[in-house]
Amino acid sequence: MSAPISNTIVNLPDQSTATIPKRNYINNEHGLLSWLLTGDHKRIAMLYLISITFFFFIGGAFAGLIRLELLTPQPDLVSSDTYNKFFTMHGIIMIFLFLVPSVPATLGNFFIPIMIGAKDLAFPKINLLSWYLYMIGGTLTLTALVLGGVDTGWTFTTPLSTHYLNTHVITAATAIFIAGFSSIFTGLNFIVTIHRMRAPGMTWFRMPLFCWSNYAASVLMVLGTPVLAIALVLVALERLVGIGVFDPTKGGDPLLFQHLFWFYSHPAVYIMILPGMGVISEVISTFSRKRVFGYTAVAFSSVAIALFGFFVWAHHMFIMGVSNYSALVFSLLTMLVAVPSAIKIFNWAFTLQKGSITFETPMLYAFGFMGLFTIGGLTGVFLGSLGMDIHLTETYFIVAHFHFVMVGGMLMAFLAGIHFWWPKMTGRMYPESLSKLAAVITFIGFNLTFLPQFILGYLGMPRRYHAYPPEFQVLNVLSTAGATVLGVGYMLPLLYLGWSLKYGAIAGNNPWQATGLEWQIQSPPLTENFVTIPIVDYEAYDYEWLEKKQREEVTTVG
Amino acid sequence: MDNTIATTHAEAGHEEHEHIVLPQHRHHFETEEQQREAGSFGMWLFLLTEIMFFGGLFFAYLLYRNWYYPAFAVASNQLNVPEGAVNTAILITSGFFMALGVWAAEVRKKNVLVLMLVLTTLFGVAFLGVKADEYHEKYEKHHIPGPNFSTAMFTNPAAYGIQEQPLAPDMAQHTEIFFFLYFAMTGMHAVHMIIGIGILFWLTWRAHRGEFSAGYVAPIENFGLYWHFVDIVWLFLFPLLYLINRHLPK
Repeated sequence: MSAPISNTIVNLPDQSTATIPKRNYINNEHGLLSWLLTGDHKRIAMLYLISITFFFFIGGAFAGLIRLELLTPQPDLVSSDTYNKFFTMHGIIMIFLFLVPSVPATLGNFFIPIMIGAKDLAFPKINLLSWYLYMIGGTLTLTALVLGGVDTGWTFTTPLSTHYLNTHVITAATAIFIAGFSSIFTGLNFIVTIHRMRAPGMTWFRMPLFCWSNYAASVLMVLGTPVLAIALVLVALERLVGIGVFDPTKGGDPLLFQHLFWFYSHPAVYIMILPGMGVISEVISTFSRKRVFGYTAVAFSSVAIALFGFFVWAHHMFIMGVSNYSALVFSLLTMLVAVPSAIKIFNWAFTLQKGSITFETPMLYAFGFMGLFTIGGLTGVFLGSLGMDIHLTETYFIVAHFHFVMVGGMLMAFLAGIHFWWPKMTGRMYPESLSKLAAVITFIGFNLTFLPQFILGYLGMPRRYHAYPPEFQVLNVLSTAGATVLGVGYMLPLLYLGWSLKYGAIAGNNPWQATGLEWQIQSPPLTENFVTIPIVDYEAYDYEWLEKKQREEVTTVG
Repeated sequence: MDNTIATTHAEAGHEEHEHIVLPQHRHHFETEEQQREAGSFGMWLFLLTEIMFFGGLFFAYLLYRNWYYPAFAVASNQLNVPEGAVNTAILITSGFFMALGVWAAEVRKKNVLVLMLVLTTLFGVAFLGVKADEYHEKYEKHHIPGPNFSTAMFTNPAAYGIQEQPLAPDMAQHTEIFFFLYFAMTGMHAVHMIIGIGILFWLTWRAHRGEFSAGYVAPIENFGLYWHFVDIVWLFLFPLLYLINRHLPK
């Protein structure tokens, strides 16, 4: 056992003299098989990073095609069936193959063991298995695409998906079933690791908030995903043998599917956003050199979001004929979720107050997150109110709402995290000014794309149609122009991060002078992370340690 | 402090040689105890996901049973209670041998352990055999949902010598949902049994090589948890599907 790691910042080596360590997890073993059969959580995280980036750009291509079709009011680029397949593929790929695994499977996989002072996740083989399941799910999705696509929308809503369509629903459902188990295994691994593998002295309330938020998301993955799995099995059986559970002519109820589906898929939006919130906590605290304001409140708000998240699913079904009383209850519960989300936003704002703020790229993305997530969250309250929802649901207002949360929120958080930890993952810095430009382009492009959609939706343009009345064209052209800018904003990081792998400045161990355990080891880390397991005797985000130490010295001497 | 870590770099691995490392010990766990606890905690979490997985089916069953009570009552009476009861006994016996197996591993009796695992497997296979016979009976009665499904037995029970009130045709239709849920729930249970038996073969082979008779019992223990969970699912299925509101013919 080594001495406690404290007094970190004084011992910081000069970044200009830093070198890439001779032995690290990247060059520890060589050859393709050493990656494909690895048990190392860092290598698995990199495998995930490559694969989700691949799927992100495929899903993004479909978004581009959708926006291109909507450039003109007439249905001129593709037929309505093809358009249906476009937005279905966009949804399936972006939700199940990008957003759900994005932060947990890459950054979470890489950093949770390091942040709590462990050498690996509890079950390395299951971790690798989860990546293979993800790849099988992804391949099957692409198979469904190549065979001719699927046009149910990502929600597989019955009876449309069971009785009225003749596309590759079963292939796509199998893909999601399998990808679902990949996410169950990731969640299971995180929960066990955080419970059982923390280093000596790493108490629950010394953990970085990134671990807390991933823990909350893992609980959702473990409890919610199996219900999605069984719902998809039922859809497949209904199609294959006509079992009647969702078929009204046989006494079944199509609405039962929606209850089962949204029981997972509403918590799923918290699976997507919670890990992103964890990233934001890390970034905000590092670049304002302050402990996160109200650490305990932020930690518990993650758990509260996970808990409330399970009791709001029927707000997706207000117009589907659920009873008025249950709609009333679910509307109220939906409002309650806004509370822990607001706790987070306010606490980040107070963290910034009187902090020594610097504007590195991750911080720019984090600011983007805070603004856009707030808009997305507040419009969610509009939609949670029963009267408003009847007017706005199934319009572009909803599309804009969840893109503000998912793209404006989650994707910004993902990019913030990738830039923040890139030096640790690869040992190289990304080019700072170019990446700042990309962050600004992303922000502008995003707003140009999705702000007009709020107005379109309010004016009554329905979602999921490939044609619209000519008076909506101006706003749609703005939106499509924004999507182009956004595309540039996403291509840039791909290019310069790739470039930095070889040509980036060497980062050194702790380029941000941050206090987390992951910054106290070499970058890129050793395969075993720590030579000796650290003993933790300080709180997370201990940026005031010097001040505290001096104060204590004065009291002891005096 | 990172300087210190960098300098102690050369001593990597030095720590591990200080105590005896058992073959099953994975490098990333600090102690055996930690590894064992993590394993069993992971197993319990996995069982929790299984509860949620079966939970969707149980929910659908309770919902439809509430809606179509008459159809569910008469359809339930067509299940083979004696065979179901025998299967319950078989499964509990199998679980008993599994529990003895865990005990045998803990007291390091290799031959007893192998015997117990074999007995557990045999009773598991017997369960599946009885289940297959029941499925066959449903096939002969045209009670398997799908194109061959027939409600004749429920609209005209007298013709089949069944002492039941006949159901109106629209209510009789709903027996199909009962039988679908019956097949989905018992089928999903059977899939879990088949996977379990596959793992049992593997564990028996490893037990035969003596891997679990030297104090390393975690795999046996964790598999025991899984096997008992599968038992418990059946203990809920049997009364829900076979027994509720059964009125015996006078």
